[in-house]
Amino acid sequence: MSFLDYAPAPESRAILSLRPSYGLFVDGEFVDGNGPAFTTISPATEEGLTEIATADDADVDRAVAAARKAYDRVWSKLSGSDRGKYLFRIARLVQERARELAVAETLNNGKPIKESRDVDIPLVAAWFFYYAGWADKLDHAGLGPDPRPLGVAGQIIPWNFPLLMLAWKIAPALASGNTVVLKPAETTPLTALLFAEILQQADLPPGVVNIVTGPGATGQALVRHPDVDKIAFTGSTAVGREIARATAGTRKRLTLELGGKAANIVFDDAPIDQAIEGVVNGIFYNQGHVCCAGSRLLVQENVHDDVVERLKQRLTTLRLGDPLDKNTDIGAVNSAEQLERIRELTAAGEEEGATRWSPPCVLPDAGFWFAPTIFTGVQTSSRIAREEIFGPVLSILTFRTPQEAIAKANNTPYGLSAGIWSDKGSRVLAVADELRAGVVWTNTFNRFDPASPFGGYKESGYGREGGKQGLSAYLAPAGGIR
Amino acid sequence: MTRLAVPKTYKLYIGGKFPRSESGRTYEITGAGGDFLANAAQASRKDARDAVVAARSALKGWSAATAYNRGQVLYRIAELLEGRRAQFVDELVRSEGLTERRAAAVIDTAIDRWVWFAGWADKFAQVLGNGNPVAGPYFNLSVPEPTGVVAVIAPQAGEGHSLTGFVSAVAPALVSGNTVVVVASRSAPLSAISLSEVLATSDVPPGVVNVLTGSPAEIAPWLASHADVNAIDLVGAGALDWVQLQIDAAETLKRVLQPEDGPGAPAPTLARISAFTETKTVWHTKGLL
Repeated sequence: MSFLDYAPAPESRAILSLRPSYGLFVDGEFVDGNGPAFTTISPATEEGLTEIATADDADVDRAVAAARKAYDRVWSKLSGSDRGKYLFRIARLVQERARELAVAETLNNGKPIKESRDVDIPLVAAWFFYYAGWADKLDHAGLGPDPRPLGVAGQIIPWNFPLLMLAWKIAPALASGNTVVLKPAETTPLTALLFAEILQQADLPPGVVNIVTGPGATGQALVRHPDVDKIAFTGSTAVGREIARATAGTRKRLTLELGGKAANIVFDDAPIDQAIEGVVNGIFYNQGHVCCAGSRLLVQENVHDDVVERLKQRLTTLRLGDPLDKNTDIGAVNSAEQLERIRELTAAGEEEGATRWSPPCVLPDAGFWFAPTIFTGVQTSSRIAREEIFGPVLSILTFRTPQEAIAKANNTPYGLSAGIWSDKGSRVLAVADELRAGVVWTNTFNRFDPASPFGGYKESGYGREGGKQGLSAYLAPAGGIR
Repeated sequence: MTRLAVPKTYKLYIGGKFPRSESGRTYEITGAGGDFLANAAQASRKDARDAVVAARSALKGWSAATAYNRGQVLYRIAELLEGRRAQFVDELVRSEGLTERRAAAVIDTAIDRWVWFAGWADKFAQVLGNGNPVAGPYFNLSVPEPTGVVAVIAPQAGEGHSLTGFVSAVAPALVSGNTVVVVASRSAPLSAISLSEVLATSDVPPGVVNVLTGSPAEIAPWLASHADVNAIDLVGAGALDWVQLQIDAAETLKRVLQPEDGPGAPAPTLARISAFTETKTVWHTKGLL
């Protein structure tokens, strides 16, 4: 045992008691789904966790009807301060059950417990707390006096931050006075269903939030449903495009938070040790399953060798394994399907001439795993420099001048996020101005806060989540919907 | 003996120049009474693509201009229009069939809209942007930035649509630093081209506004599907197959404003400025003392 080896320190699963099966959450109660139930698994071990219901078109219809009824009869008539109080209750219940939710999230998603415990779940509570306070202050949201909710919001969320994405969607929707039908990702429904229990504990009026589980077809039914006023989607750009087509010509309002291929730019005057930590956090956080991940490292040419060497050194200290272990840095890839995509794209990277490197790393036998991987000598035309891999894979490119860095950073149809590492304040400000990305981190990366708007330029989608701007996705001016 | 008038050839406005359509096509513009007014250029797909190239080239300079400067440039348009009121009244009377009094009211409104939007140039970012109190040692600021190249299908009907409607659709996109390719009123394009002459002789840089005349039904699909167009305003596309245009626009996830009907559309609002902006949020790390 070297000084870098740690004894196992698994978080106890005892805090979590799952039911053998979960139904859909419609009109305040768990009900059976018409579709075939399926087993949701732990991607780290492939063990089955519980049975999940599948919502078909009729189930989605029932959920939308419940949301409409709740909107008409209850939620739209409630005062802002009462809506806010429900959200404060939810925030507190999330805090009270935080460890249980963290364990469930890690089991079902594969992410390290230190991330679900210290980042995901605390942010979930923060999101509800932040938007709770907005509920009776909507006159100040920037849409003029007395803005109106849209009605029933259909929300479709991804598997990379299951409960956090739920919070990003539900908190502003409810604060603004909308009711919700939410569809969690097919592979990560667990925490959404625990959240439904929290809503029961909070005594939220039935139908205000409905949760329908199932595959992509369930989401399509929600998108196409004629009585849905608003669609909010986080996921791939390909599906975002389909949704934009499906809602074209309708009165449905749409916000999309889609893919990214963020540049993380390291200048030669950067604090290199901090930059290395930021680069690692940028791409290996959450196994790289992050739409805003810093998947393209742009290093100034004169420090390239030094940065790559230090980066390799740092990667050899990362611990991959049991996500429930408190010392684990890299957890499991969420699904066999995603693992296959990562394998395919990394193989393409090698074929296109880039040099592949991974630290020595033993992968568990069961489950879906991928070792942290970096590519050097990457061409801008390579697939691994252009396509979103959504895995622990970093493509390293170089630049000489700030202008070249900016041009390369912007040379993508995406525009979600970017990072800048430099100790020169004036340069940081100037470069941040030029980057076509919705979120720019300078000398940090992957920071999230409910007060801070998040969302993309170009093909990374439209609309913002978080902050005051996040409210306008769920409100219309008093004069009517434009 | 009355003097024989010298009629004007109405052409396109692309990249600060006034070319004919590369297709060589024109179409006949008639007045409200059916009388011949002019042969306007009938823009083609190639003209539309040229206009997008011009708009893209102009984007860097226009979006990087200071807000104060953009405000002054837009205000200058109002100044020049004021001096050419009579020409626009005359054109509106002939092409839209308005009375002189009503035509005068239309040009007054158009001028006042430029003044109103010009004033927003150095203010909208203060109203739409904000600092964010995040839980950590970061200076976190959200600011609206221009979306990029915006295609506009200008209003096609309603009193004053050919001028006030046109201005009210184009000006808000310009305020934040977008550049524009606009398809003018098919039936009454003369005011739009005369306005282009005002733009060309004011301080608006070439390519910031590009004006196409012809058939919106023919041109709009090329703009909606063009990969270098970032947003499309379908305000005047109500009579077209605009649902298909919105579907085309989804391929590159363009920002889309749906058609608006009714006299006076579109209304001058801050929402039309913000519709073609992107919020950029920058997290600046604070150092330890």
